[in-house]
Amino acid sequence: MTWSSIIIAGIITYFTRMTMVALVDRDLLGERIKAVLAYVPSAVFPAIIFPGIFINDYGTFIQMNDPKIFGAIVAILVGYFSRNVIATILSGLFSYWIIIFLL
Amino acid sequence: MFTKKQLLTKGLLSVAPHMFSVIPFGIVCGAIGIELGFSPILVYAMSIIIFGGASQIVFLQLLSGGASTLIAVTSVGVINSRHLLYGAVLSEYLEKLSFVKKLLISYLVVDQGFAESNKFFQKNKNEPYLHYHLLGSGGTLWIFWQLSTLSGIVLGSFVPEEIGLKFAVPLTFIAIVVQDLKKLDHVIVMITCGLSSLLFFDAPFKSYIIISPIIALFVAALVLRLKK
Repeated sequence: MTWSSIIIAGIITYFTRMTMVALVDRDLLGERIKAVLAYVPSAVFPAIIFPGIFINDYGTFIQMNDPKIFGAIVAILVGYFSRNVIATILSGLFSYWIIIFLL
Repeated sequence: MFTKKQLLTKGLLSVAPHMFSVIPFGIVCGAIGIELGFSPILVYAMSIIIFGGASQIVFLQLLSGGASTLIAVTSVGVINSRHLLYGAVLSEYLEKLSFVKKLLISYLVVDQGFAESNKFFQKNKNEPYLHYHLLGSGGTLWIFWQLSTLSGIVLGSFVPEEIGLKFAVPLTFIAIVVQDLKKLDHVIVMITCGLSSLLFFDAPFKSYIIISPIIALFVAALVLRLKK
């Protein structure tokens, strides 16, 4: 039962990846839709970022003094000025760890 | 003009920095599966069959929490429906490929690979072998996802939960969008998406992950109209 549901979930996931690339003719999309699609990264990734910071493992909001908020602010500042992905990730992680383990 | 090999390498290098997030998350993902009591083969098979980190964790958590398989499968579909948006963006650059090649390369469309290859595509629209960049980025992510979830399965309960490795996930996506904070229209779209995701977090089947992008894209359409 678990195996068959994994396979079905895999097929559905593959279809989410494949449908727009292989089955839908790009010309069906008008110019306006294409212009809006340029915003996809900015319109999708915050839905991963915000809950990853502000909501804990139990599905409730974190306190405003949670170390994750501090880590995220450090990562945003470091990322903005350094333009470096590794620096962004590591500065966020280390500033978060410093607060949980030292303070 | 770049050769195929150059594009493959560029794709690989573009996602390499994200391994600082992908590897810890993969380890956590494998370890959670074992801790929830699923068999190692089953937990690992998901990395090949589904190949989508967040959805793999949610699937196992739902099943172990007693949810029906229908709910678990639906949740995976809803969480991964964001790939439809990635595909719509990428189709412009992949349209010259044969149908079979489109079918094959689709398997490798994942968040960070899409993000980095899309950035490259926007600047190099006229390259003939663009898909090799996606092959490099997606292929690299695939290999490291397999290795890291396997490591997590082997390490199992040795992976300490309290060090918060999952926090690497939002950080990797901050690194992807942070330069767009320079553009007001993008900031508006990002804040719309982020606030919507918190507002709709409790919506069924984790649907906040597709509801908030749709709301944000509507706002993007409004912004475009105002800019004219």
